Amino acid sequence: MSRPSAPYQQIHDNPRFQALVARRNRHALGLTLLVLVLYFAYILAVAFAPDWLARRLGPGMTMTLGMPLGLGIIAVNVVLTAFYVRRANRDFDREAAEVRKEACR
Amino acid sequence: MTARGGRAGLACLLVLGSAAAWAGERGIGHFVRQQTNWTVVVTFVLCIGITLWVSRLAASRARLSMDYYAGAGGVTGFQNGLAIAGDYMSAASLLGISGLVFASGFDGLIFSVGWLAGWPVITFLLAERLRNLGKFTFADVAAYRFAQRPVRVFAASGSLIVIVFYLVAQMVGAGQLIKLLLGLEYAYAVILVGIAMLAYVLVGGMTSTTWVQITKAVLLLVGTSVMALGVMLHVGFDLDALFAHAVAAHPAHDAIMGPGGLIRDPWSALSVGVALMFGTAGLPHVLMRFFTVTCAQEARRSVAWATGWIGYFYALTFIVGFGAIALLYGNPARHFVGGLPARGLVGGENMAAVHLASVLGGDVFLGFFAAVAFATILAVVAGLALSGASAVARDLYASVWCAGESSSGRELRVAKLTSFALGVVGVALGILCERMNVAVLVMLAFSIACSANFPVLVMAMLWQGCTTRGATLGGFAGLLSSTALSLLSPPVWEGVLRMPVGSAPFPLISPALLTMPLAFLCIWLFSRFDRSPRAAEDRAGYAAQFIRSETGVGLSYRSSR
Repeated sequence: MSRPSAPYQQIHDNPRFQALVARRNRHALGLTLLVLVLYFAYILAVAFAPDWLARRLGPGMTMTLGMPLGLGIIAVNVVLTAFYVRRANRDFDREAAEVRKEACR
Repeated sequence: MTARGGRAGLACLLVLGSAAAWAGERGIGHFVRQQTNWTVVVTFVLCIGITLWVSRLAASRARLSMDYYAGAGGVTGFQNGLAIAGDYMSAASLLGISGLVFASGFDGLIFSVGWLAGWPVITFLLAERLRNLGKFTFADVAAYRFAQRPVRVFAASGSLIVIVFYLVAQMVGAGQLIKLLLGLEYAYAVILVGIAMLAYVLVGGMTSTTWVQITKAVLLLVGTSVMALGVMLHVGFDLDALFAHAVAAHPAHDAIMGPGGLIRDPWSALSVGVALMFGTAGLPHVLMRFFTVTCAQEARRSVAWATGWIGYFYALTFIVGFGAIALLYGNPARHFVGGLPARGLVGGENMAAVHLASVLGGDVFLGFFAAVAFATILAVVAGLALSGASAVARDLYASVWCAGESSSGRELRVAKLTSFALGVVGVALGILCERMNVAVLVMLAFSIACSANFPVLVMAMLWQGCTTRGATLGGFAGLLSSTALSLLSPPVWEGVLRMPVGSAPFPLISPALLTMPLAFLCIWLFSRFDRSPRAAEDRAGYAAQFIRSETGVGLSYRSSR
């Protein structure tokens, strides 16, 4: 398996495949970066600014800033995942199927 | 096999039933009132019976070894999403997080957030590549273009160590639950759980556990929703009022509203954060779930569903934990040892949610909730045993020991023997770890998963330069360092080995912050300077792997079998 076999080579040289992979990776990496930044910002706040997270939301309130932030990150993560899957299943997969078909002809 | 499995299931039911009856006759322990224990016991046995029955039903269709490990491929994305959520929402999430919130407030939220944050990354980067490359275990993906033997030995070792840590956490949760409910000795309770787990696994395999996971995920989501609803009803649907009640009731008062109850130094916080997020992508029993669907699209869809359910569930667990603070301190005589909050909850910190169930819905709800919690644990434990079994049977026995020349019958025998051995180890260690918070135990399993399995998986899939030597040595570096440092860290050193507080040789709660980068560094270093002929082959194999992982070409769809 040192060299890709014929259909593999064909896919590899297909410009549509290259474009698809580039586009999909850009999309996925962008979202990954967003998730990582959000999450580690939160963790860094837990580590180095716990008092900031423990600030009350308003006078007369018990809830602290860290709670809506934490629950918010959970919600954003769920939404981003749904968003990616929708896009991938509609857009990227159609393209991938066509690339596969071209190779198997 | 089915008949034998059925008998095992029946035997297990009888054991459970007679233990329950015995406990009933002598009047159950401290906190369930005497005249009501039958409600609890009957619901309990019924639930175990139903899940075993579902398991048997599915098992009658599982004949090939392929079905035993990876289901029959007839699982849809939505179903598989529920099953993934079922695998993931373990005793640690339900009992551990609510217990953690009950003890230290805010810090439980860090676990909720971290355990969810791994999922989007898996979806974006790994899910479909895994599906396109894998067959049965994550080792198929890790070793795809490498020399099979060394990488599989590593993958099986990594899987087994992670599984054992995870298994022990479940055993502790289940053992405490049974101890509290039936008034059994803790050790007997854990042994009972071990027997029930083996009955589950030996009956069916992956097909059956998929259905057990689905049943159980639905039950768990319903049970937790009802409980959170009960808490919110109690405070007039005012979340802030809930927190105000909790702050007034908890001995630490305002401190429970900010970080620091459990994780006291910043580096531990970072380390736990890393472990929780990246550990998910290194859990062998979760990775295995990506191979039970027919194509990449369904794999993706199933993670999206799973993420939704898990996120919803974790938000609820947090409310349940605060509900426990607000409601349990009001009646110390009923919930605390000797009626004194300072001496801790009856049954241990992990039982906060169980106590809360009895306050909110009386004994009927307590029975239901306990049954759901127990079924949850059993199903997770079964999934763990199964992925451990396939790691040994497929990666060690079939690929390394027999060099691909084994029969599927003998493989199945090895798988079952491994399940049995895992059960025994789980029970023994579970008894030792009685006093640990199960969420913390699971966090250690995550630390090892993110330091061993995760780096190898990522580098093998995404970096062309990775070689057999790099993956194997780097993986082992992460695995050994994280395991050793976990044992030397405060939770194990002080919590299990009973050394004095502050004497742990490794100061951080989790080793992930050091050991995950170490694994990546070693993989890079050993690959970079690998000049062996095998290394050239490994690098040349990347192109074909890349194309298959991106398009799924060459993948034989099971549905068209």
